[in-house]
Amino acid sequence: MKVVVFCKSVPDTETRVRLKDNRLDKSEIKYILNPYDEFAVEEAVRMKEAGKVDEVVAVSMGPERAREALRSALAIGADRAILIKDDALDGSDTYVTAKVLVKALEKDGVEYGMLLFGQQAIDGDTWHVPGQVAEMLGLPQAGSIIKLEVDPDAGKAVANRLVEGGEEVHEMALPCVVTCRKGLNEPRYPSLPNIMKAKRKPVQDYSLADLGLSPEEVGRAGSFTEVLSYSLPPKKEAGRKVEGEPEEVVQELVKFLKDEIKVL
Amino acid sequence: MRFEFTEEQRMVRDMVRRLADEELKPRAAEMDKKGEIFPEIYQQLAELGLFGVYVPEEYGGAGMDVVSYATVVEELSRGCASTGILVSAHTSLVVDPILHYGTEEQKQKFLMPLAKGEKIAAHAMTEPGAGTDVVSIATTAKRDGDHYILNGTKHFITNGKEASIYLVFAMTDKEKRHKGMSAFIVEKDAPGFSIGKLEHKLGIRASSTAELIFENCRIPAENLLGEEGQGFYIAMHCYDGGRIGVAAQAVGIAQAAYEEAVEFAKTRVQFGQPIANFQAIQFKLADMATMIEAARLLYLKAAWLKQEGKPYYQLSAMAKLFASDVAMRVTREAIQVHGGYGFTEEYPVERHYRDAKITEIYEGTSEAQRLTIARNLLKG
Ligand SMILES: Cc1cc2nc3c(=O)[nH]c(=O)nc-3n(C[C@H](O)[C@H](O)[C@H](O)COP(=O)(O)OP(=O)(O)OC[C@H]3O[C@@H](n4cnc5c(N)ncnc54)[C@H](O)[C@@H]3O)c2cc1C
Ligand SMILES: Cc1cc2nc3c(=O)[nH]c(=O)nc-3n(C[C@H](O)[C@H](O)[C@H](O)COP(=O)(O)OP(=O)(O)OC[C@H]3O[C@@H](n4cnc5c(N)ncnc54)[C@H](O)[C@@H]3O)c2cc1C
Repeated sequence: MKVVVFCKSVPDTETRVRLKDNRLDKSEIKYILNPYDEFAVEEAVRMKEAGKVDEVVAVSMGPERAREALRSALAIGADRAILIKDDALDGSDTYVTAKVLVKALEKDGVEYGMLLFGQQAIDGDTWHVPGQVAEMLGLPQAGSIIKLEVDPDAGKAVANRLVEGGEEVHEMALPCVVTCRKGLNEPRYPSLPNIMKAKRKPVQDYSLADLGLSPEEVGRAGSFTEVLSYSLPPKKEAGRKVEGEPEEVVQELVKFLKDEIKVL
Repeated sequence: MRFEFTEEQRMVRDMVRRLADEELKPRAAEMDKKGEIFPEIYQQLAELGLFGVYVPEEYGGAGMDVVSYATVVEELSRGCASTGILVSAHTSLVVDPILHYGTEEQKQKFLMPLAKGEKIAAHAMTEPGAGTDVVSIATTAKRDGDHYILNGTKHFITNGKEASIYLVFAMTDKEKRHKGMSAFIVEKDAPGFSIGKLEHKLGIRASSTAELIFENCRIPAENLLGEEGQGFYIAMHCYDGGRIGVAAQAVGIAQAAYEEAVEFAKTRVQFGQPIANFQAIQFKLADMATMIEAARLLYLKAAWLKQEGKPYYQLSAMAKLFASDVAMRVTREAIQVHGGYGFTEEYPVERHYRDAKITEIYEGTSEAQRLTIARNLLKG
């Protein structure tokens, strides 16, 4: 069985977000492989190491820097990668992203038994793409899983999701879609030999034309949604300390809850 | 001129930085207290290929370059200075000379397990009577058929307790002074070899510093590294490279202390505001950041020169001299920024301060570095 892992290049969590001309100022941002996608790659590589999977393909849509995210996936143990890169893709929304990813799967022709995603990209954070891909391909999906058992011979997968107060267990026919989160596994540190090997693993580039798409079908033109503006969250105000004798403190607090924020 | 890591160098740095944050930093204080680097750390470093960073793949290494190696030492040292010198002494002082001077058989037998981290190495030059003046070592090696017999005592040997392969320097011909020194590979189980006392130290307490005793220690003649009489040159080769490692270690220690100082300055409130608002504190932080960056660029340049096969010993001496001084100054100021808190074990800066001092001493004291630099610039 072959599996495909979807990898997004995102700003490092330690990046300080700044806005410029109503867009993200990208000049000083360091990019990494989306941490949730790391769980997905790790899980796929473990399935390969367990002998259940014979090829792990990493796919990303993004600008040139997305190649680094793919390289990280290859260093964890993915076998090969696909990069969909085209200036016309700038401004694509999640629907277009999913559409392009599906096209790339078709173009490559990989006979996948499972598609693995991160549950969310830490930048866009819509959680949309995996569900959209699953829908477009008519595949069953389990989101935000913390455990995965795959039986390629029986053609099924069992995935556990954490839900309010317990776990939900899904059994799905292959091929299927899963999205990964913390708790599923501990992504390994890529070893130096594997970082070196990653350099030699093949990365296939696709342009829009390669995928048989026209610029009108993607980017802003092909999107249903458009981001109108960005704003930074309001600066956190320092908390207010209520001091004094217990009775005074209680009185003050009640007054605050009643009069100021009006929850009582 | 390009001041940029390659993609692999960046990946290595990011990986080791994460490793240091997640695995070393949380354990560094405890390892310092217990006086050992925990076995699981050795295991992890080995699995990740950090014991043979620039050894070619055919000899069990990762096949990367010297810049990656130096970066690894800095990032490890940022988490735990003892772990930094473990890798640096192993690589620069034993792995590198075997790679450079070893026969094919020696590479297969010794380099392979060292590069893979299956075995740990130590470098034994210093003796109670011979420190900076290495030519005055008293340890001797006498040829006896197809063996050499070693006699003498080494001390202050890093990794001495955990190593199973030692690079030992001894005089094969005392009369010939530095041309009478030779280098030998000694395995832990060699008859007549034993480990003596372990030092209790101010800093890098998790790194073992051992006495080694050779009493009619018999080793096969094929364990001679290079030729008889080549030992002094091999040793100088070791230290030229090792100084890059120690400089990187010093920068790692300074970086760790600096990061603590910034964090503390932003959160400690006095006179109704974070102390980071005071210009006196800001200037300290600015000086620290500037010195660290300069020290880092020096060791990176030395590493790059070595990788390119260009002369680098002048630069590596400068890098070590400067970086060790930076480590001292930065860790001292980091404590100052912390006030009394920095003087207690509750905050890691006291450990960084203790760890910094050794970088001015081993692999050539700061005085010895100045001698090297001055001699070189005045010659011819
Ligand atoms: C320049 C630019 C302009 C944009 N303009 C718009 C816009 O006009 N309107 C709008 O709605 N959005 C816009 N976006 C956001 C963009 O649509 C989303 O970043 C993208 O579609 C993915 O959505 P998400 O980040 O919420 O991912 P999620 O849906 O949260 O991601 C979940 C998982 O899907 C996979 N995945 C997501 N994206 C990719 C990818 N690119 N390649 C491979 N796998 C992926 C990963 O496995 C990821 O963990 C823009 C982004 C950029 C960079
Ligand atoms: C923790 C630790 C780990 C070590 N690890 C190793 C190891 O793995 N392998 C190994 O072989 N050694 C090791 N050493 C030894 C270390 O390299 C020596 O301590 C160092 O070279 C200095 O030698 P010394 O201590 O004998 O001091 P000395 O050489 O006696 O120096 C004393 C002082 O005199 C100064 N001095 C000496 N000669 C001159 C001169 N000509 N001009 C001006 N000043 C001079 C020195 O700079 C110093 O300030 C280690 C030492 C320590 C403390």
